[in-house]
Amino acid sequence: MHTIRKLAICSLVAAALAPAAAMGRDSVKIGFVTFLSGPAAAPFGVPAKNAAEFVVEQLNAGKGPAPYRKKGYGGGSIETVIIDEAGSTTTQVTEYRNLVQRHNVDLVIGYVSSGNCLAIAPVAEELKKLTNFFDCGTPRIFEDASYRYVFRTSPTATMDSVGAALYVKDARPNVKTIAGINQNYAWGQDSWGDFEAAMKVLAPQVEVRTSQMPKLFAGQYNAEISALLGANADVIHSSFWDGDLEALILQGGPRGLMKKSITVLTAGETAMHKLGAQIPDGTVLGARGPFGPYAPDNRYNQWFLKGYMAKFSEQPNYASYQMAQAILGVKLAWEKAQEANGGKTPSNEQVAAALENISFEGPGGTVKLANGKGHQAVMETVYGETKLVNGKLAVVNVKRYPADQVNPPANMKAADWIKGGFKK
Amino acid sequence: MKRDRTPEMIGIIFLVVVLSGAWLPQWALFILTIAFAHGLVALGLMLMLRAGLVSFGQALYYCLGAYAAGALGKFLGMSDIFVQMLAGAAVAGFAAFVLGFLLAKYRGIFFGLLSLALSMILYGLLVKNEALGSTDGFNILPSTLFGIRPAADWVRYCVAVAAAFAGLSAALLVHRYLNTPLGRLAPAIKDNEIRVEYMGTSARHAIHVKYVIAAVLAGAGGALAATNVGHIDPEMAYWTTSGEFIFITILAGTGNVIAPFAGALIFGVIHTMAYDLSPNTWQMSLGTALLALIVFLPEGLWSLFVRRKAA
Amino acid sequence: MDPILSVIVDGIMYSAWLFIAALGLTLIYGVMKIVNVTHGSFYALGAYAGASFTGAWLARGYPPMLSYAVLAAAAVVITLAFAPLVERGILRFMYAKDEVVILLITYALFLILEDTIKLIWGVNPYFIAQPYALLGSFEVGGLSYPTYNLILVGLALVMGGALAWLQHSTRVGKLLLAVIHDPEVSRAMGINVGKYYLVTFTFGSMLAALAGSFTAPTVSVVPGLGVEVIVLSFAVVVIGGLGSLPGAALGAVMVGLVRSISVHYMPQVELFVIYFVMAMVLAFRPRGLFSLAEPRKI
Repeated sequence: MHTIRKLAICSLVAAALAPAAAMGRDSVKIGFVTFLSGPAAAPFGVPAKNAAEFVVEQLNAGKGPAPYRKKGYGGGSIETVIIDEAGSTTTQVTEYRNLVQRHNVDLVIGYVSSGNCLAIAPVAEELKKLTNFFDCGTPRIFEDASYRYVFRTSPTATMDSVGAALYVKDARPNVKTIAGINQNYAWGQDSWGDFEAAMKVLAPQVEVRTSQMPKLFAGQYNAEISALLGANADVIHSSFWDGDLEALILQGGPRGLMKKSITVLTAGETAMHKLGAQIPDGTVLGARGPFGPYAPDNRYNQWFLKGYMAKFSEQPNYASYQMAQAILGVKLAWEKAQEANGGKTPSNEQVAAALENISFEGPGGTVKLANGKGHQAVMETVYGETKLVNGKLAVVNVKRYPADQVNPPANMKAADWIKGGFKK
Repeated sequence: MKRDRTPEMIGIIFLVVVLSGAWLPQWALFILTIAFAHGLVALGLMLMLRAGLVSFGQALYYCLGAYAAGALGKFLGMSDIFVQMLAGAAVAGFAAFVLGFLLAKYRGIFFGLLSLALSMILYGLLVKNEALGSTDGFNILPSTLFGIRPAADWVRYCVAVAAAFAGLSAALLVHRYLNTPLGRLAPAIKDNEIRVEYMGTSARHAIHVKYVIAAVLAGAGGALAATNVGHIDPEMAYWTTSGEFIFITILAGTGNVIAPFAGALIFGVIHTMAYDLSPNTWQMSLGTALLALIVFLPEGLWSLFVRRKAA
Repeated sequence: MDPILSVIVDGIMYSAWLFIAALGLTLIYGVMKIVNVTHGSFYALGAYAGASFTGAWLARGYPPMLSYAVLAAAAVVITLAFAPLVERGILRFMYAKDEVVILLITYALFLILEDTIKLIWGVNPYFIAQPYALLGSFEVGGLSYPTYNLILVGLALVMGGALAWLQHSTRVGKLLLAVIHDPEVSRAMGINVGKYYLVTFTFGSMLAALAGSFTAPTVSVVPGLGVEVIVLSFAVVVIGGLGSLPGAALGAVMVGLVRSISVHYMPQVELFVIYFVMAMVLAFRPRGLFSLAEPRKI
């Protein structure tokens, strides 16, 4: 009796874990990893998933804008496997290995969390699987090590803070005091650290009044807002995102926080679409690059914006843009490698070689993989101020900063570059 | 009285792992290694559970072990897997020795919550520490065995065998311990502490010892998990990590020293199946599976394998 | 502008929020002796229900002043939809088990409820800023505070007072006391203990839902809203003593003030100051500040 029970359980488990049937070679299997649950799902995970769905659908139908006109990847239809990025790093590494070894994906595109990116990169090298990080911000990935199979087609978070500092200096040339409210984890700590360092270079006499570092997802910021109001700084910097960002706006706006000081929200673009009318005029919004309202009016953006809105009835945010250009960039490299390989399906090594140092155009503009030995992208960054026009939120006083002004040079660490006064 | 077959079972399991491991796919070996690492932590928790204590903050020692292993690699360039586990165990054991003076006085839910508070304090300290990467953590050097780095295809297998060796040896040692007078004291303490004191032994001392042993196991488990995953971050000290360990322990039951490892393996399999089969609702799948297991197997998983004599 | 004044005001506002959030947890533990992890789920359910019901109410153009009543009603309705189901359907059969096993059961239920919320409301955030903005703001010490926060303080006082009155001055309260001290003897005396458990669980969860519902206008309601609350509520309840109403109040005030002080003077330690307080209290008063007497087996 017990033996039968044991056998039943064992076979159930074995059956569930049996690898998926091997796919024919006329399709390309891409594994996507992004947040499907938890607080990061709404601002990043789902917009990115939607963008992936849209782009893959369009590419498979051959409807991509030139030079992305070929069907799927090099003529092969794209098949997608999607995994939730929620859970501990141990879980993510386990699931990455499952993606590669059980699902046998041809490549992986994903990851928003810097912690996951750092953990996955060496595993990607070990498993020799082409992996493209589409969103995570830490510059450490290519500063701490070199990789052959790991790429990132989005700029690092350094760009956000440096761009913010430059915009602040342009808007208020004799800025004297700054303050910050950032989430107390790596992202928030690094963002504030970079901003503070950049401000000290651009305006050496600047004084930090207070740096608030509440717990991630704290949700209640009344005390912090009181401290900020009391600090009376010229500029307030915040790299808050999603729920925390919206809580900050909802709780700080009525208390006059944004009116008293120039408030810079480096990742603020995601709140634009949901909170629109609640954001006080004159708030400086960043979109982590030329995305969303700051995207150039090129034919890629026209295709993406129109199609995305038609399919999902909402605007794509910067996570959507980053995912779109991640897929397009790899497609270009894949097809280049395929051509060089005489039309046959290229290996991961060949695609990686083609992807290195590549420069391509997407809905956000030009993407150049100039840093990290040709694996790390740089782009221009854009900041602007909000203004309510006819009840809809628009951006004015938009300033664009070229890629080499806001990204460290290829051979320098971001922190050193800022400390050294942005000297190349 | 039936002969105690546990040492033989442990030996057989080790042989099975060594022999079958060469044919198992790499991802399965990875999951197996993690199961052994988590099983070590659960083994320690089981030890304390027998004495009626549940620690909601065992992740404290798991994390300390992991960071000790990582520090070995970062600052001393040491990457031998057994040295890492020993270092993890030693650091965790020392911390438990010190903290045990405070904690051994508490019982029931307060023991649990105080240990939770301590683990969250460690979490907070690590998050604040930017040198160690804050919440991003840092990567650990690839593991070596006695100075040799195995060939790429054999790494998972070697690590799995090393993990099995460590885990099963620990199980054997704990099994021996449970047959000593101090080990046998656990159910007595759970039942009636005052009588234990009347008998002339110190319950507090026994608990302190068990607490240190559990921490040593957790530290070794943490080091093993860290070196397998290749990455360490403060979330290893978060209360959700402790929660997973408690789940595995209760799931496994206190019947046998092998049970925690079986429980860890089943939990790992359910977890990954939930992600695979229902990526949009994996929490619900996981919760339902766990609820079902608790409801239908109240004595833990081990009751599946133990033949009950007719009453 | 005097920082001390704003420290106190911020502290009291945060304490009020903590108190409301933690009250249900301590009530359920006090009566049923279970550590209820689904507390966080009911908080989230209350927040989502409050946000969507009130959003619909305001969208239809009904009087905004009544939106506060809608928030309360939403919390009540959503609790009545889920709590009895949870208690009668699953928990009822588990009371005989070990308290850690019950905790794990509530944890499994919490996981299930999290995805249930996701299935019903999706992952997009919900906002209802109107009730928050409607009452305007007032000034203390040169800083402006939204008047809405006073509602939370008022709510805390009302809930605490009501519960205290219920406990001490009504027949139900006295019977509850009997059930707390000895369920077996209470059963023998003819008290329907099962019914009391159902009512307590529902009422405790309703308190959590009310906390979530009234917090909803101040934040954006996103998935994972309940997780943070669980740990905070636990800390407050443990500091005050599990099952003690004045304890929860004192615990909330302590944590609120300490956090407020650290935010204004030492922002860097804010992250773990609450656990530090918890550890300190437990180190000197192992059972919390006020705790019920428990018999010991000899």
